[in-house]
Amino acid sequence: MNIGVLIPLIIFLIAIFAIGFIASKQMGSGGSFLQDYFLGGRELGGFVLAMTMVATYGSASSFLGGPGTAYTVGFGWALLAMTQVVTGYFVLLVLGKKFAILSRRYDAVTMIDFLKARYNSPAVAILSAIAIIVFLFSAMTAQWVGGGRLIESLTGLNYTTALFIFAVSVLVYVTIGGFRAVALTDAVQGAIMVVGTLILLIGVIIAGGGVPAILQDLLNENPRLVTPFGADGSLTAAYVSSFWILVGVGVVGLPQMVVRTMSYKSSRAMHRALAIGTIVTGFIMLNMHLIGIFARPVMPGIEVGDKVIPLVALEVLPSWLAGIVLAAPMAAIMSTVDSLLILVSSAIVKDVYLNFIKPDAPEKKVKILSFGITGVLGIIVFLLALQPPDLLIFLNLFAFGGLEAAFIWPIVLGLYWKHGNKYGALLSMITGIGSYIAIHFYNQEYGNLLGVHTVTIPVVLSLIAYILGSLAVKREPFRF
Amino acid sequence: MRPDTPNAPQSDEHKQDPRFKTAHKEAWIGLALAIFNFIWWFGFAYGLGGRPVEEYTYILGLPDWFFWSCVVGFILMSIITVVLAKFVLTDMPLDDDPTYHPNPPNFSDKPAQKGPKS
Repeated sequence: MNIGVLIPLIIFLIAIFAIGFIASKQMGSGGSFLQDYFLGGRELGGFVLAMTMVATYGSASSFLGGPGTAYTVGFGWALLAMTQVVTGYFVLLVLGKKFAILSRRYDAVTMIDFLKARYNSPAVAILSAIAIIVFLFSAMTAQWVGGGRLIESLTGLNYTTALFIFAVSVLVYVTIGGFRAVALTDAVQGAIMVVGTLILLIGVIIAGGGVPAILQDLLNENPRLVTPFGADGSLTAAYVSSFWILVGVGVVGLPQMVVRTMSYKSSRAMHRALAIGTIVTGFIMLNMHLIGIFARPVMPGIEVGDKVIPLVALEVLPSWLAGIVLAAPMAAIMSTVDSLLILVSSAIVKDVYLNFIKPDAPEKKVKILSFGITGVLGIIVFLLALQPPDLLIFLNLFAFGGLEAAFIWPIVLGLYWKHGNKYGALLSMITGIGSYIAIHFYNQEYGNLLGVHTVTIPVVLSLIAYILGSLAVKREPFRF
Repeated sequence: MRPDTPNAPQSDEHKQDPRFKTAHKEAWIGLALAIFNFIWWFGFAYGLGGRPVEEYTYILGLPDWFFWSCVVGFILMSIITVVLAKFVLTDMPLDDDPTYHPNPPNFSDKPAQKGPKS
């Protein structure tokens, strides 16, 4: 492996480290420790808020898997990826100021704090905590495996060493710096993603002899590559549109996004963030997937989708520039992993320990526990990622869509419908996760039910469950 | 949600936080924007993209359906969100602040010495 590629990657890791340390120095500047460690003291400004939302949400799939699929499928997959632009404004506008106001009033530090105050039900809180810990823990492990594999393929180190480097760098800054370090490093990682995307796009277009020439090559190879229907014509409008739920509006139910919508400083920060977030998300998604498509005539015959971006970067760019570009997927994975780590830690410390085991724990103990749990969680994930158990890989399949189906209605309707209550919320969460798993197996066996992605039907069913459950048992309007 | 029971009776005894009215309006804007975004994206993608490939035209080298659906669609949404952020969405305190009254006369039950007018 070329040393020129490594230098920018090493500089990147050192920079992230430094930011983590700076963030940890800012801690304890007034306010409670929990607010500070798990929510950054609600001080996020517009730019950092936008970047942490984009970076948390944009993971390995935006930089490796997605463009790799676009390489095989063509413009249809870029069309699908562009359903994600909506996340930039939708989450912030729909949860919006009411959620920010109520989470302050309830002194909520986690999404579950909000659910607990809204539904006044320990059952809702416990079920949510279990769902978050189980599913996001699995998702985190899968991302760590991805991070390790990426370092392995870029540096030629063996997997264990690569994973170790990845784990140590993430673990140190998350443990000592908490949410603020996560958000600040996300901002830098997000900026790297934008710059890396732009450089690689230019490089690929030049290597391909300009966009019209590339398109001509694609048309000569297979005209279906430039249609919305995929290289083999199998991408239907219904299937692609259902991604509006999975990676578009449904994201409003993901705990790692929800917690960010209660972390901003002021309404002005939120306004700025929704404009910046939309622009940055769209820019990255559009251009990364175009790169995947354009890479096909430039470097034909790549078999493994995840390798398209690294191989193309090394092919079309000088090695030091390739190093900068390849820091982008690294940044994407890290910024997702760090957010999940601090979130799972908060679910254990705040939602389980402080809510149910020892509500009156002294601040000093909470502090030690928060650092301790975050660190120990990271070490467990590292050990599991060395040889990921089948169960974790299995659970990870449901981490995204399953959590969306579980939480979207208890959060959104809990916020806006006064007749929503704990019976509706419980029924909705159980229906959402249960039907997601059932439909997943059905789709695996018989093909997609109604031709749409697995997430679609559970989201509809959990809506019905929420309304029925809320109206059937006790009709007592909630006073916000 | 239930048309047979209008909100009126209970809202007499329980005053809604005045900020929520704005917040509700902005949430509806978010939903409307997503629906508009979807229609634009879907209409151009499958309206133009459904033609035979030979009939496609190319703008900046990209197929026309993709250019209109995804490139123009994205730029349009970016402009809309910037306009929203600058001119439409309302600034408000997020902490509970008893002196905040967008409509002072409606809130005579609270001490209202300091309204936004002052």
